Amino acid sequence: MDGLAQLTSNEYLVLAGTLHGIHAITSRLSPMGASSGAQVIEGETFKITILLTATGTKFVLLTSLTDTSADGILQKVYEIYADAVMKNPFHTPEMPIRTEAFDTRITALIGSGLGV
Amino acid sequence: MAYTQPHHPRLSVLSTTSQSSVDHLSPTASSTRFSLPSVPASNKPGAPRPSIYDRNLNKTRVSEVSASAFSFLFSEVVQYTQKRVSGINDLERRLNTLGYRIGTRVLELMVWRAESSSKAPKREIRFLPALMSIHTQVWKAVFGKPADAIEKSVENADEYMIIDNDPPIERHISVPRDMSQLSCSSFTAGIVEAVMDGLGFPARVTAHNTPTAQFPSRTTILIKLEQSVLDREELLK
Repeated sequence: MDGLAQLTSNEYLVLAGTLHGIHAITSRLSPMGASSGAQVIEGETFKITILLTATGTKFVLLTSLTDTSADGILQKVYEIYADAVMKNPFHTPEMPIRTEAFDTRITALIGSGLGV
Repeated sequence: MAYTQPHHPRLSVLSTTSQSSVDHLSPTASSTRFSLPSVPASNKPGAPRPSIYDRNLNKTRVSEVSASAFSFLFSEVVQYTQKRVSGINDLERRLNTLGYRIGTRVLELMVWRAESSSKAPKREIRFLPALMSIHTQVWKAVFGKPADAIEKSVENADEYMIIDNDPPIERHISVPRDMSQLSCSSFTAGIVEAVMDGLGFPARVTAHNTPTAQFPSRTTILIKLEQSVLDREELLK
């Protein structure tokens, strides 16, 4: 992760909004009826992995093309989210996550996941 | 009227009521508001499922509840309470009150179990053994593990502390910075206060965050004894 440019919070909002739109469209593309929507979007140099949970919350991870651990990491992120965010009485649903334990555990996960 | 419902034993307690009200509650009637899970075949038809009150109190001693389910419940308790208070002190006081209601029951249950399991059940009349039993017995009954330490205040003779390095009820709680004074373990403090009161050691019990580098959620339960307790201890010496 070192050396990568950080997105501003506005860029995050744009990315999330665009992705939500793409996801909504892709979930209706299948000729076989309802679909779960896009799960992986690949570009020449990057890969976007999307985890759609049963409640509609999406977790998105941007990785390099060669990365194979994205699915596993997203599952763990979901687990941490359920533990540290949803069980925290001071989190307001639909609002940005300002939970210390979540940040700590995500940093620990991504740090260990990439072997940095 | 001896009306029995063959398919829904859980409702059979209603069998003596008038049929119309049974029909009203029955999921087989037109109402779709109730969706009871289908009853396993092993249950005898007509026998009501044993409720929590029918269970042997001693058998539930080692049974466990879901920590996740409790976390969600406690989170709701804190949110509900927070909406109805004006400040952190008020919030802590209310959590203490809620814990107090648990503590009175925990004490009663522990005394009952001690009586049925030992030939010579003992009642603690000295303060330190009572504190030890809270540190181990109460903590084990409520949290499934003993507390981590007991300390005596150096400055004040009437202050004792029970220390928990990682309180289970706070495991998933992150208190925002602007409320850093708040300790949700006030709930635990209430439990301790009730047990102390019940044992005849009236005290004021509060909870404080005392984090260390190794244990970020380390919590101290501070017990401030009433003078009468100290005087009695002096006499018993």
